[in-house]
Amino acid sequence: MNGFYADKQAGAPVRPEVLEAMLPYFSENFGNPQSLHSVGQKAARALKTAREQVARLINCQQEEIIFVSSGSEANNLAIKGLALANQARGQQIIVSAIEHPSVLKAAKFLEKLGFRTVQIPVDHQGLVDPGKVAEAISPETVLVSVMMANSEVGTIEPVAEIASLCRSKGVLFHTDAVAAVGNIPVDVRAMGLDALSLAADQFGGPKGAAALYLRKGTKLTPLMDGGVQENNRRAGTENVPALVGLGKAAELALLEMGDKVRRLTALRNRLIEGVLNSLDEVILTGHPQKRLPHQASFCVKFVEGEAMLLSLDLEGIQVASGSACTSRSLRISHVLAAMGLDPSVAQGSLVLTLLDGTGDREIDYFLEKFPPVVRRLREMSPLYTKYLQEKRNVH
Amino acid sequence: MYTDKVMEHFLHPRNVGTIPDADGVGEVGNPVCGDMMTFYIKVKDGRLEDVKFQTFGCGAAIAVSSLVSEMARGKTLEEAMKITNQQVAEELGGLPPHKMHCSNLGADALHKAIENYLQKQSGEKVEPAGKSQQPEAQEEHLHCPFCDFVLPENAQLCARCQVKLIRCEHCGDYNREGEETCRHCGAGLV
Repeated sequence: MNGFYADKQAGAPVRPEVLEAMLPYFSENFGNPQSLHSVGQKAARALKTAREQVARLINCQQEEIIFVSSGSEANNLAIKGLALANQARGQQIIVSAIEHPSVLKAAKFLEKLGFRTVQIPVDHQGLVDPGKVAEAISPETVLVSVMMANSEVGTIEPVAEIASLCRSKGVLFHTDAVAAVGNIPVDVRAMGLDALSLAADQFGGPKGAAALYLRKGTKLTPLMDGGVQENNRRAGTENVPALVGLGKAAELALLEMGDKVRRLTALRNRLIEGVLNSLDEVILTGHPQKRLPHQASFCVKFVEGEAMLLSLDLEGIQVASGSACTSRSLRISHVLAAMGLDPSVAQGSLVLTLLDGTGDREIDYFLEKFPPVVRRLREMSPLYTKYLQEKRNVH
Repeated sequence: MYTDKVMEHFLHPRNVGTIPDADGVGEVGNPVCGDMMTFYIKVKDGRLEDVKFQTFGCGAAIAVSSLVSEMARGKTLEEAMKITNQQVAEELGGLPPHKMHCSNLGADALHKAIENYLQKQSGEKVEPAGKSQQPEAQEEHLHCPFCDFVLPENAQLCARCQVKLIRCEHCGDYNREGEETCRHCGAGLV
């Protein structure tokens, strides 16, 4: 049976080379990196290699990498850890309206401790205006956090620009780059970042392995107290096999970056054009050019996202949606809402994130199967019937 | 997530369409919330000779509409008014808790179409069976902020759509847990 898995952001296979690198660390190389004996030191060396590999991917020093368990943990550690350690500067935090819940809720938690949060709106393409960030910065501002790329709408934010204006005002800048690192070139030095979150499962590595880059000399309050791991900034025995996997995935991502970006961008553009050409009343969400190479997202009017998702799944196509019905909270995605999309249009949200191995065959297959799915659902949609009636009345 | 029966009705819904010269039409829901259903009925000798529907919504909403249309077809108006949300959900082998509100919409839309027919006939208003089981609203604004279900005084969870609720201390209106300001009066929620 034909198939097309297009939900990379939610879950992706670990690359075979990565799995191979990880396997020995479950069994024969089982040591604890904190042990001084030879078995422990073998694990410590593996961890050091992984740290160097991750550092190389984003162009930082290996001491600036703090290993954690997930992108959410990296975001929590950045927001809470930086705000708490540096609150002598002030208690105001600035975030964008389309941040991941792990950023928004970490900021919300800090509000209980007396911090104040300012949310920067985005435009209809999901872009943050650096000018609005500059306006929001006050003498009380301690931290600004704006994501590098949004996986739901694909938009890549002008983080270098925001970082530089934060620097000029002496404010710390963090970026949630979970959707970006490993998928587009990221250089923390050139971009002037103080902190950045990344996660292995977004670029061929395993789940449960992630990192926070923290510029040397930046004060951080740990969230996990205990041992001396990660230079006293994150206690707990290191998940060596997963972190070895993160390192290997980082090495491969750096090696293949240029080719991968070019290839996926071409495929994604063909996918977007194909969808927009074969169906009327479909909106591309996010920025048409400034977007992740492996991401395409739409709002299909008059149909609901979950119904499309289920229908496509039966054809062997797996996608995501930000509609209210697909979320357990029964709310449309805060990202689509922040972009000012009409809630009834946002119900038709569909998000595709392509695996590295995606080829023309998968795109062809999707373009063959998707329009009939939409047509079938529109035929039973009272909104589509009304739309057609109104259209007829106008003519 | 869904039972085989829900998936079967979702994939092969019965009675999809409109009836241009329908005797009664009932519309419920709101595209903003994610579900909207329109039911069309043809009545002959006090029975539902034909039932058609159109639904904008998720898999559960489509399956529910299909099943309701099937259950109602051929029934007398009285029998059709007695179709309850509970029966629909049971007939489908159950629905996930956060999808229960879909089963309510289906029966409500059918009952509304029948009401519409009866009103056209005599101008008389008939209370739908499903609705009469709900407590009477004591105040105008005691409704679920998500699905509009009528709520009792001290609800913490909407019995229909399972949304967690918080009451505004200022005006008493229900809001979804997690909201910052009251949708009714704008006061801050704790």
